[in-house]
Amino acid sequence: VKIVAVTSCPTGIAHTYMAAEALEQAAKDAGHEIHVETQGAAGADALSDQQLADADVAIFAADVEVRDRDRFAHLPQVSAGVKRAINDPGSLLAEAQAAVAAEPQGSRGPRHAAAAPAPKVGPGTQLRQWLMTGVSYMIPFVAAGGILIALGFLLGGGEVANKVYGGTFDGVTYKGVFDGGSPLDHFDVDQVIGAAGYAGLLFLIGKLAFFMLVPALSGFIAYAMADRLGLVPGIVGGIIAGAIGAGFLGGLVSGLLAGAVVLALKRVRVPKAVAGIMPVVVIPLLATVAVGLVMTLVVGKPITSAQTSLTSALNDLNGGNAVVLGLVLGLMMAFDMGGPVNKVAYTFGLAGLQSGNYEVMAAVMAAGMTPPIAMALATVVRPKLFTDSERKAGEAGWLLGASFITEGAIPFAAGDPLRVIPSLMAGSAVTGALSMAVHATSLAPHGGIWVVGLVGKPGLYLLAIAAGVLVSAATVVALKSTGRKTITLPSEQATTTSAPAVATA
Amino acid sequence: VADLITVDFVDLELEAPDRASGTRSLAARLAAAGRVTDLDGFLADVRAREEQMATGLEGGIGIPHCRSEHVTEPSLGFGRSKGGVDFGAPDGPAHLIFLIAAPAGGGSEHMTILAKLARKLVHPSFKDALRDAGDPQAVVSLINKEVLGQ
Repeated sequence: VKIVAVTSCPTGIAHTYMAAEALEQAAKDAGHEIHVETQGAAGADALSDQQLADADVAIFAADVEVRDRDRFAHLPQVSAGVKRAINDPGSLLAEAQAAVAAEPQGSRGPRHAAAAPAPKVGPGTQLRQWLMTGVSYMIPFVAAGGILIALGFLLGGGEVANKVYGGTFDGVTYKGVFDGGSPLDHFDVDQVIGAAGYAGLLFLIGKLAFFMLVPALSGFIAYAMADRLGLVPGIVGGIIAGAIGAGFLGGLVSGLLAGAVVLALKRVRVPKAVAGIMPVVVIPLLATVAVGLVMTLVVGKPITSAQTSLTSALNDLNGGNAVVLGLVLGLMMAFDMGGPVNKVAYTFGLAGLQSGNYEVMAAVMAAGMTPPIAMALATVVRPKLFTDSERKAGEAGWLLGASFITEGAIPFAAGDPLRVIPSLMAGSAVTGALSMAVHATSLAPHGGIWVVGLVGKPGLYLLAIAAGVLVSAATVVALKSTGRKTITLPSEQATTTSAPAVATA
Repeated sequence: VADLITVDFVDLELEAPDRASGTRSLAARLAAAGRVTDLDGFLADVRAREEQMATGLEGGIGIPHCRSEHVTEPSLGFGRSKGGVDFGAPDGPAHLIFLIAAPAGGGSEHMTILAKLARKLVHPSFKDALRDAGDPQAVVSLINKEVLGQ
């Protein structure tokens, strides 16, 4: 990344230059190119026009007004106090990198096009910037984990998952190696390879990467809001969201909650004697307790009872109109992609499999395949509607969708839930209904395209998937093109969040 | 140009109950050499800067500093403190204290030296060498070598 930076402080003889040096050293270590303008007492070596034109992002490490700030109007911007640049230059560079990654392609105006100072971002844009920061850190987990899981299916067949975790596949029941427990508690690699081979090991490594998906999302949303102090309550909240089965929507809640709690705690004025331990002990402790209690007591319990009533509602639908059942299952599969609603639908499919109703399983799997594929298609058809990191997630979406790894669409849904989730639900509903209508069947509970040999009426089945993909992709493109102006990303968040940090220092 | 620092400006056994008295102790050394013409006036300027934002940095560093009309030449007072002096850093007191005195009307050539010094302060190797220095002359030589290239 090519960075231009300005450092300045009240006196202009110490912090200005320390911040410049710290940023330059950290950039060198991280392999970035950086040019720093020190607006201090020794006179500023102004950034050249060429340096400004070539830059990808601007960093302001300043406790006083940056001079000639409109020179940077064409760039995404990250602001912080000088002390943060001195004490933790690496996080500032990471934030700058995230700001570059989150910038929609083609949105950058020509240099000097915006002579007026960057407009203050509204609350909606602010929220989206927080979510996108979380998403940009989550995507590598989705891609790495998802592709490993897909590789496991590809090399070991759909039964790999059952060999590892137990369950029935194509009439054969496997014991699994974890005895109903979790690989996080007890991991015997010989057992895993003995039961499922190296394909099973790859599958399991991918599954372990997926454990971090919601914690990473939650943690880095909180980080975007409240800096480093947000990470601990955000990550812990995300782990809880996973544990209570709240899925990525739970992760959005825990991340935003953790960020808000830390921001509030930073504003609390404390006696000097306590100020030293605030960032190390007090804030992480209080924020983690608050987020943990809310997630378990307030968010967790209603989810369980909602799941119970959803399950009985599905049972009531069963035996009625099969097409309506497929439509509802499709809506549920795409609603939270791995979250509580999706789990109810998937479990319903598994139950069908057990009792010999293979059509429900086929509808569930098909409806779970469309979201990532639809998003991948949308990023190809209208790349400008997506950020750089979203387009990269789109590239992996084809494989993840084809492998029935619905989580592949989460990065898109987490960054823009109100437009993306309804679009995905519409397409999956179409796919689920069509799959039931043509009486497609599946003897496999997972595996996607790799187990199409176990699907009855495979041709019509694939057509049902294609129809849902088209519906979702068209809907999401339409909603994204009409519902929102292109956002620009002057990252104002660091200015507001660093102010209380200075006050407590 | 006068030396930025001499052995008289170095106190390797600085012990002070708070930042005001620690700063005063170092400033008195500068005043004794004529670098600071009005000790109380200079300390008031340092305090004014300190009140804008504490100058303690993570890793046990304090850098009280100011530009003051009571300063004749850019000068550096250096104190090393076992017990530490609180300069408001979040992670604890400062063990290396740099009192940076700059003349109010100093031209940029004066300031360039101080800018070089400030840049050195973020390098761990520089701070480690100062922590390990055996006597004031070692401190002066180290700073002259690192900051002025002499």
